[in-house]
Amino acid sequence: MNNGIEIRWHGRGGQGAKTAALLLADVAFKTGRSVQGFPEYGPERMGAPITAYNRISDDKIRVHSNIYTPDYVVVVDETLLSSVDVTSGLKRNGAIIINTPKSREEIAKKLEGYSGRIYTVDARKISEETLGKNFPNSPMLAAIVAVSGVMDRDTFIREMKASYQHKFAKKPEVIDGNMKALEMAYDIVWSAMEDDKMGLSA
Amino acid sequence: MAIKERMSGNEAVSYAIRQIDPDVMPAFPITPSTEIPQMVSTYIANGEMDTEFIPVESEHSSMSAAIGAEAAGARSLTATSSAGLALMWEELLLAASNRLPIVLALVNRTLSGPININCDHSDSMGARDTGWIQIYAENNQEAYDNFIQAYPIAEHELVHLPVMICQDGFITSHAVENIELIEDAAVKKFVGTYSPEEFLLNPGRPVSVGPYSVSSYAMEAKKNQEIALENAKAAILETAKKFKKISGREYGLFEEYRTKDADYIMLIMGSAAGTAKQAVDGLRARGKKAGVLKLRVFRPFPADEIAAALKGCKAVAIMDRCESYNGNGGPLGSEVTSALFRNKVMIDTVNYIYGLAGRDFTVEETKAVFGELEDMIVNGKQPVQYKYIGLRK
Repeated sequence: MNNGIEIRWHGRGGQGAKTAALLLADVAFKTGRSVQGFPEYGPERMGAPITAYNRISDDKIRVHSNIYTPDYVVVVDETLLSSVDVTSGLKRNGAIIINTPKSREEIAKKLEGYSGRIYTVDARKISEETLGKNFPNSPMLAAIVAVSGVMDRDTFIREMKASYQHKFAKKPEVIDGNMKALEMAYDIVWSAMEDDKMGLSA
Repeated sequence: MAIKERMSGNEAVSYAIRQIDPDVMPAFPITPSTEIPQMVSTYIANGEMDTEFIPVESEHSSMSAAIGAEAAGARSLTATSSAGLALMWEELLLAASNRLPIVLALVNRTLSGPININCDHSDSMGARDTGWIQIYAENNQEAYDNFIQAYPIAEHELVHLPVMICQDGFITSHAVENIELIEDAAVKKFVGTYSPEEFLLNPGRPVSVGPYSVSSYAMEAKKNQEIALENAKAAILETAKKFKKISGREYGLFEEYRTKDADYIMLIMGSAAGTAKQAVDGLRARGKKAGVLKLRVFRPFPADEIAAALKGCKAVAIMDRCESYNGNGGPLGSEVTSALFRNKVMIDTVNYIYGLAGRDFTVEETKAVFGELEDMIVNGKQPVQYKYIGLRK
């Protein structure tokens, strides 16, 4: 696979990491790319660590194996940092995005031996503010789109709105909150990336 | 006009079922095929298809009900995986021997134990001698395309046999990928309406289905069934030819990927074939003459065709996603080597077992297999026959 990116998601059963990976495949498909979004199941139970994957490419995707050397890693549940080697195989010029209220510096200490880029998003706070509940997957989806640059903000927001209008046709009251969660998370990560470019951050 | 979409393998098969709109679907849920009856019953509830859905209490009952419905003259189907297929065992044989063109959407999952929900081919391989036609898919597109071709093959006048459309559990069933769908009207026209020559609910022409047969006739019935399975080969190719006209996509008994001048060929089935093709492209870029023979149709087994396709190469890796517990290799290993021997194609082979119970199979592992084949031919280093890939040390 050339011109492609590979993403690995770490979450716990019930948090929506799989749904987020499928949504990312969905929205990337709409920009005309070849996509793959798939979960890796262990015992199916709430709270168990789960992994989900995305491949996004301009070429046809044929590989049907898991992803061992991802370009990006998304950690939907911070508590996994102590039990799962989340940076395993992560490419040097890639990045990891973690759902946490902690700073990058604090998180960096937990990721021993990893020297690549780190982005943090308090997806729980964003979700509780916008939706009144803890659904971390929408903010994390926006964060990975911002970091990976698979599409620009306008396209992403437009396509997600259409997708939510379809998905939540029977409960339209949650659409605005979800859109707000996406925008907030995207902008937080985007400004952290801008700071990095200007050398304002460590 | 092709419809560009993205969906999982289970969604793709359910979509094909909606388009075909068969008469009767009895089903019992089991991971990872549960989504298929779930999605089909949603289509039915939404009024998008007319199929009579029968929620049954087991897979033994789902296949029994499909047999009853099909014998009565109704186009029938079901879906299952793993232990569900095992529980259908007796009925699978009845469906085939009574020459009932039922279609089964099989989402391959390992058999217990240890209990595990993930993919290997031990379920369908266990049913390999039940008289069913078996067709395997590399991805969601092929699962969809194969399902659309299933009834024309099953109901073909020289066949009259049930068809199992197999795809890899989770790996394709739960993976969202790009797909090109065919318009409803074109699918309906391609599959056509079902008009069985003989059926139970036909007052003008009463028949009995499944009666006792005495020894002086039963053997002929079995031979006729075997002839029908052999006929299926031509029916599958004829159907593929027609399918190409509505889809532009080409299918055969197997796919030959960069095999024409290949020294080393990997013979493989299902989703791992895509991974193998990717590896072959990498090896070709380094000047290695590698190729993939992806088997699509396992029953009827295209023995002579495979032997002809392999005869120009130096060595073949025969890949089984199934342990046969016979002490002599996997089912593909046994059948491919016997095909080669009978056709006097005396090339080297190594039988590998991979991907059991969802164990991942990677591009790197594929390359290592090709490396072993080359080492065997060039340096005379004989690899272990019947070897497991990716096993913990």
